[in-house]
Amino acid sequence: MMYYSRLKLASVVAVCLLGVLLCLPNALRQPAPTVPWRQIHLGLDLRGGSYLLMQVDMNSVTADRLRTLADGTRQALLGASLGYRDIATDAHAGTVTFTPRTPSETDADLKTLRAMPMAVANEFAVAQRPDGAIAITLSPEAMRLRATEAVTQSIEIVRRRIDATGAVDPEITRQGDDRIVVELPGISDPERVKHLLGTTAKMTFHMVQDSALGAMPGPGVSLLPMMNAPDQKLPIADHVDVDGSDLTNASAAIDQQTGEWAVDFTFDSVGARAFATTTKANVGRRFAIVLDNKVVQAPVIRSAITGGNGQISGGFDAQSATDLALLLRAGALPAPLSVIEQRSIGPSLGADSIRAGMISLGVGFGLVIVFMALFYGRFGWYANVSLLANLVLMVAILSLFQATLTLPGMAGMLLTLGMAVDANILINERIREEIARNRTPLAAMQAGFERATSTILDSNATALLAHIMLFAFGTGPVQNFALTIMIGIVTTLFTTLLLSRMLMVRWYARTRPTVLPV
Amino acid sequence: MFSRPLLRFVPNGTRINFMRGRFIGLATSAVLSIASIILFLHPGLTLGLDFRGGIVVEVRTQGPADFGQVRAALAAQHVDAAGVQSFGAPDDVLIRLDAPPAASADHEARTQALVDSVRHAVATLPGAQVLRADAVGASVSAELFRDGMLALGISLLMILGYIWFRFEWEFAVSAVITLILDLTKAVGFLVVTHFEFDLVMVAAILTILGYSTNDKVVVYDRVRENLRKYRTMPLAELIDLSINETLSRTLGTSMTVFLAALPLALFGASLSSFAWVMLFGIVVGTSSSIFIAAPILLLLGEKRLRRDARPPR
Repeated sequence: MMYYSRLKLASVVAVCLLGVLLCLPNALRQPAPTVPWRQIHLGLDLRGGSYLLMQVDMNSVTADRLRTLADGTRQALLGASLGYRDIATDAHAGTVTFTPRTPSETDADLKTLRAMPMAVANEFAVAQRPDGAIAITLSPEAMRLRATEAVTQSIEIVRRRIDATGAVDPEITRQGDDRIVVELPGISDPERVKHLLGTTAKMTFHMVQDSALGAMPGPGVSLLPMMNAPDQKLPIADHVDVDGSDLTNASAAIDQQTGEWAVDFTFDSVGARAFATTTKANVGRRFAIVLDNKVVQAPVIRSAITGGNGQISGGFDAQSATDLALLLRAGALPAPLSVIEQRSIGPSLGADSIRAGMISLGVGFGLVIVFMALFYGRFGWYANVSLLANLVLMVAILSLFQATLTLPGMAGMLLTLGMAVDANILINERIREEIARNRTPLAAMQAGFERATSTILDSNATALLAHIMLFAFGTGPVQNFALTIMIGIVTTLFTTLLLSRMLMVRWYARTRPTVLPV
Repeated sequence: MFSRPLLRFVPNGTRINFMRGRFIGLATSAVLSIASIILFLHPGLTLGLDFRGGIVVEVRTQGPADFGQVRAALAAQHVDAAGVQSFGAPDDVLIRLDAPPAASADHEARTQALVDSVRHAVATLPGAQVLRADAVGASVSAELFRDGMLALGISLLMILGYIWFRFEWEFAVSAVITLILDLTKAVGFLVVTHFEFDLVMVAAILTILGYSTNDKVVVYDRVRENLRKYRTMPLAELIDLSINETLSRTLGTSMTVFLAALPLALFGASLSSFAWVMLFGIVVGTSSSIFIAAPILLLLGEKRLRRDARPPR
C-alpha cells in the first residue's frame, strides 16, 4: 500500500503521457496523411448543422409487395386458364384474396398458387377460407425481413442522394426498426435535403389507355393526375412496361428545340431493350412517364426508340431538373420517407456555445483548483495534478474513439471534474481523522487509503449505474452527457486511486515527514 | 498555499446533535415536497419542445427586435397562432408554435412544413438570421417523454437494488424515499422557475439523483463501519457520530461540485437552466443526506440494526 514498484510508477506515468499524446491531434494539424490522427468531432450544437429523424413508411412496403403478389396471382391463374373474381388486397392483414370462378376450381387454384415463386422460403401461405374465398397471406417473418431490407436499402439511397448534394461528413444511421437519422454538419437550412429525401423518385413508363378516356377505368387501369395540372387525370395502365430503375445515367439539360429545362436519361441494356420493344409495338399510341404516381408527360410515340436514350420535359426549372436528375441517378426509395423530427443550429449559435462551454470549463476548473489548494494544501495540489491528468485522459479517450463532443458533453466533463476531487477529499479527510486519533503519519496515510477505497468504489458505482441508465434511454445530447460522465468515472478511478495516491506516497518516501500537511 | 491547508470547513471532532432536530428536518422536507406536488398539479411543469412537440425557432434580428414586424412577416407566410417572445439579448426572438393536432392524418408532415414557412418569413426580415430551428412531431415527443420517464424510474430501482445489495434494506429504503422527496422538490423548483421540462432536464434530474445517492452512500458507509465498531452505541448517537465524522467531506465535495457547476449556470448559454437545476439539486441532495435520509434510517433501523447489540448498561 505504501510502496510503488518502479514498473507501476513507470506505467502510470506512461499512461498519462500517452494521454497527452492522444490529445495533441485536437490542437495541431495533421503533419502527413500517413500519421494516424484521431480527434474529437464537434457535435452539431457546437459547429452548426441539421439533424433529421425520418420514418420509413412500412405500410407502403407491405402494400407494394401485395400489389405485386396480386399481379403475380392474376398472371399465374391466367397462365393455368383458371378464373377469378373480386381480387383484393388488405395491407393491414397482409393478404390477397379472391373468389374462384367456380368452387370446383378451388383445388387447382390452390395448387397453382402454391407453385408461385417466393422471394424467401415460406414467404406466404395459400389457404381456402370458410366462405370459399382463397387467401394468400404473407408471413410476419417475411414481412419483417422485407421491412428490414427496405430500411437498409433506404439508407443506401439516402446516402447516395446526400453525397450527390456535396454535403461534408454526413452521418446516416438506422434508429430502431423503421427510422433513419441523418446528421448534416454545416447545413443549417435543411429545406433542400428534406425535399430531396421526401421524394420517392420512383419512375416508371406505362401505356395510356386512351380508349378508356372519359369512362370509368377498367380493371388494371388507374386514373393518375398530371404533375403540372393535378386536376387533369389520365387513364394509365397498371402494367409497367419499362422500369426507371434500369437507368445508367441522368442529367439536367436544356432542350435544343424548346429552350426549356429537361432531364436526359440513358437506359442500361435491359431498359434499352424493353424501351425499344415497347415503342416499336405501340407507334402512334401515348406513352406515359410516371413519377411517384404522377404523370410527368405522356407524348405520342412517333417511331421506335432504339438508342436507349430519352428525355423528360414537363415545365422544369434549373433547380427541379437538376434535382430530378440527381434523384434518378441515386435510385428510387423502396418506401416513402417522412421527416418526423428536425433540429438545426446556425453556425453563429454553435460558435456561441463553444465559447460558453470553454469559459464554463475553464472557470469551473480554476475554481476547483483554488478550492483544493486552499482547503487541502500540499495534498490538495496533488489532487489538482491528478485532476489535470483526469481532464487530459478524458479528452484522450474521446479522441481515441473519435467521439462527438456536444455542449452537454462539456457539462459532463465539468461535473466529472467536480466529482473527481470527491475521492481525494475522502482520502484527505480520512487521513485527518486518523491523525486526530494520534496515528503516525504512515499509519494515517495507510488507513486513509484503505478505508477510503471502498467508499470511493461504492460512490462511483452508483454514479455509473445512474449514467448507464441515462445512456440507455436517452437520445442525442443526453447520451453524449452520459457518455462523457461514464468515461469520466473510469478516468477518475485511475487518477485518484493510482496517480494522486502515488504522488502522496512518493512525497512521503522522499521526505519522511513527522507531521502531515493536512 | 503550497503546503499546509489555509482554510478549514469544519473544525475537527464536531459533535453536532443532528438527530435531535430530525423532526424539524422531516417536517420542513414534507412541507416543501407537498408544496411542490401542489405546484406540479397546478400550474404544472412548462413542457419543453421535446415532450410537447411543435416548433421552436430562434432568430437574431439586426438591432433590437421589432415584434410587430416579426409577426407581420409570419402572417404574410400564413403562419398563425405563433408565440413571439424575446429571450436573452434584445435582438434575439423566439418563435414557437404548437404541433398540429395529432388526430389529423398528415400532422407530422404539417409540423415539418411549418418550419420552412417560418424560415421563409424570417428571410423577409432584413438582416435576420435563424440561430436554431427545431420541429418535433407528436409521435416523437410522446416517445421521448415515455423514454425519459422510463429512465427515471429504472434509475431509482437500480439505485434501490444497489444499495440493498451493498447495505441492509433499511438503508436502501430510506435512500429511495429521500431521493423521491428530492425529486419532488426539483420538480417544484422547475415549476417555480418556469424552466422548460425537456430531455436535458431529465438528465439534470438523473444527475442530481446520482449525486444525492453518492452523498448518502458515503454517510451510510460510515454508519455501517461504526455499527461494527461501536456495538453498544444507541443508533441515534451512532448516526450523529457518523454524520459529524463525514461532515467535512460532505461539505467539501458539495462545494467543489457546486463550484464546478456554477460557471455553467452563469455562462452556460443553452445549458444555463440545466446548471441551475444542478446547483439546486446539490444543495437539496447534501442537506437531505443529513436531515432526511439519516432520520428515516433511524426510524426504520432503531430496532433492527441494533438487535444483536447488548442493551446499554
